[in-house]
Amino acid sequence: MSRTIDAVVSPTQTNTIPADISGQMLDLDEDDDLEVFSKDSTLADGNMFNASMPTSPGSMVNQCKFEEDEESDSKDIFITVDNPESHVTAIETFITYRVLTKTTRSEFDNSEYEVRRRYQDFLWLKGKLEDTHSTLIVHPLPEKFVVKGMVERFNGDFIETRRKALHKFLNRVADHPILSCSEDFKVFLSAQAWELTTYKKQGPGFLSRMGETVRAVANSVRGVKNRPEEFTAIQEYVEDFSNKIGSLDKVTQRIVKEQKEYLEELKEYGPTYTLWSGSEEELAEQLKGVAGCIERCCKETEEQVGHLSDTLVPVLHEYVLCAETLKAVLRRRDNIQAEFEAKNEALATKKVDRDALKEEIDKLEDRVEWANNALKGDWGRWQRSMRGDLKSAFLSTAEKNVDYYEKCLAVWETFLLSQRTEPSEETDRDNTP
Amino acid sequence: MMADSGPKEVAVIGNTELTSAELDNNIKNTMVEIEKGTSLLRKMEISVAEAEKRTGKNTVNMQEIYTVYLIETRPVDALTEGITPDSLWRRYSEFELLRNYLLVTYPFVVVAPLPEKRAEIVWHKLSADNMDPDFVERRRVGLENFLHRVASHPVLCNDNIFYIFLTEDKDWKEMVYETGFQAKADSRLKAVNAAFRVKNPDGRFTELKHYSDELQTVLSQLLRVRARVADRLYGVYKVHGNYGRVFSEWSAIEKEMGDGLQSAGHHMDAYAASVDDILEEEEHYADQLKEYLFYTDALRAVCRKHELTQFELEMVALDLACKKQQKEELVTGTVRTFSLKGMTSKLFGQETAEQREAKLQVLEQQLKEGEEAVKEKNTESDEFVKTAWVDIERFKDQKDRDLKEALISYAVMQISMCKKGIQVWTNAKECFNKM
Repeated sequence: MSRTIDAVVSPTQTNTIPADISGQMLDLDEDDDLEVFSKDSTLADGNMFNASMPTSPGSMVNQCKFEEDEESDSKDIFITVDNPESHVTAIETFITYRVLTKTTRSEFDNSEYEVRRRYQDFLWLKGKLEDTHSTLIVHPLPEKFVVKGMVERFNGDFIETRRKALHKFLNRVADHPILSCSEDFKVFLSAQAWELTTYKKQGPGFLSRMGETVRAVANSVRGVKNRPEEFTAIQEYVEDFSNKIGSLDKVTQRIVKEQKEYLEELKEYGPTYTLWSGSEEELAEQLKGVAGCIERCCKETEEQVGHLSDTLVPVLHEYVLCAETLKAVLRRRDNIQAEFEAKNEALATKKVDRDALKEEIDKLEDRVEWANNALKGDWGRWQRSMRGDLKSAFLSTAEKNVDYYEKCLAVWETFLLSQRTEPSEETDRDNTP
Repeated sequence: MMADSGPKEVAVIGNTELTSAELDNNIKNTMVEIEKGTSLLRKMEISVAEAEKRTGKNTVNMQEIYTVYLIETRPVDALTEGITPDSLWRRYSEFELLRNYLLVTYPFVVVAPLPEKRAEIVWHKLSADNMDPDFVERRRVGLENFLHRVASHPVLCNDNIFYIFLTEDKDWKEMVYETGFQAKADSRLKAVNAAFRVKNPDGRFTELKHYSDELQTVLSQLLRVRARVADRLYGVYKVHGNYGRVFSEWSAIEKEMGDGLQSAGHHMDAYAASVDDILEEEEHYADQLKEYLFYTDALRAVCRKHELTQFELEMVALDLACKKQQKEELVTGTVRTFSLKGMTSKLFGQETAEQREAKLQVLEQQLKEGEEAVKEKNTESDEFVKTAWVDIERFKDQKDRDLKEALISYAVMQISMCKKGIQVWTNAKECFNKM
């Protein structure tokens, strides 16, 4: 966590959601259009801030605090994503999800909102958040398509997996001290379908966006010259992390596959004992007992695989996507610095209006500082989340596995007990092996 | 060698010159001997201690590598503790020869099977290679088991050839061939033919045949499925080893999580490794099932022998009936059945009285012989049924006992596997907690 941020925080700020900003969000509603179409396009690596936020990076950071431990009892917004429904139009078929919000935050007019959103809308929201806060770490969305397994778009499992991921995404945004203050976020949660469509149409025009893209490409080609050591360290970490989490994802999926194949064979195994019992007299009961044990173990195995698929697989997958997000964030930070460096160099070499250029460079420098601080702060936060998520997922898996083996143990022990309580008929046994 | 070394006569039972009363007595005697605890196994420790590879020239003068097994014997006696056992080397083919000898000499006995010649039903870790040390080891155990089965069998344990197999190195093969058992063996063709044409086999044998077919089918299937299950289980456990590797690598780049991940990784490695022992134990269970799978052949052999003796009885009885018929026709002068004789006599005139008398004499003799034959075959068949059924009951009891124990040991194995799993994942959980 960045110490510089802490230092500038007002001592009266204890809430993670700064009341000042929320007040300002409401006040500047009418000025939305103005802010958005600001000619101050040098600040537009997308817009750094929401339309309604103060333009100074410093004050922005002032009002938000990255807490070490964000207490859950200070949570004042609850979001659920559920109730997927299919919609059929002349052109397409798509799924919408119900997004239910309950909140006590003052920037919201109501305390409860119920809207329907489709995947496209989530994509839009993510894009806006990333545009506005290019060096903050936004939790990943589930992927557009699932390539492996060739799951159909309208398959129940796919929809449920996606729904859970969308739910998580919104909650992560809500938990984020800066992102949750986003106007786009608020609109997403509260606007009716037509309102959202209108709102989406605002924003930098096509040409302006083109300009951004060109600049971004130019910056990335130029490359950054003096990247601070800490960001290089983060980049190296992200590379390694990306590899490891990718491997874990693959390993886990492989385990699921092997476990399922094991289950298939096990399902044939039990009935064979039952078949055998049909030919026997003395052994019949015992054989049926064994068959029963195997069948019960089958059920437990099925549950265990299900748990793995529901708990560990999605989390690992999320963090694979996170790694990509992190790489993008680092690239964007680099680009911001590259742009500043380029202009700085130009100052030394080109014979242009030095004063104007100097002013621009100052702004860029501020931007770089802001971007770095934002990233540093969010980096610590992300690491904590990551640790928490992965620890919890692995813990849950280990617990389930213990539970699985305990249940199977009970099955076989019961069987054994039933065998040993039967009186032994042979008193003097031959020492036949 | 003990002072009262084994019986010197060739196996008592199977000698068809004995009367049925004597046969009965012999059976009683051997049963009494068991009760006195003098079956060979109780007198003698027998073990197949080692296996070794040898090279030599085979029958077509080509170099071959084969395995020999060391048979050790020692009298069970407190005084002989510590004395080195007698030993000799035998190869698998000699075991086969011994078994074939026993099968032919004691056709009413359900003779214990030998372990597989070649590894057939295996899961992937075990190679189907006869030279593979695991396979050789399991074969060694199987051969020892075979010897124990024979040595504790009430009838077979008294066989001299068996005794010499265990104790005398030289010339055993010649001795076996000298018994002429190969000549006594029923041809496969004869047996199949009899099975096909027999009219009144004892219902119990027919039932037993069906049972052995069913048992063979179900045990084959069970062994195949078990091998596949083992294969899959192996896969599941081994993939977890990858967690060990990745956790270890990942721990290197983490600060807070490093220790927890590192130790969790070790537990994942332990989990992956534990499957080897688990499946090795299960192989022993599979071998127990395999023994009974192979036993079904022995069961069917006894049934076939019954069908053969029954068929021979029926043939002899049919022949007798035929001769009686012929006599009747000769006496009454009527020709009811078509015969060349009848035709020629019709065409060329009847025979003289002397001719007829001569024929009658011959027939009378044949009838007498026929009746003797039927009586003999009847006795043979009855004896066979009786002695076979005694052994079949013995076998059934043995099978029920052994398989019951095997199933219990299987459950114990599963419990052990579950306990290991609980331990590993509990440890892993604690490591994850430290993350």
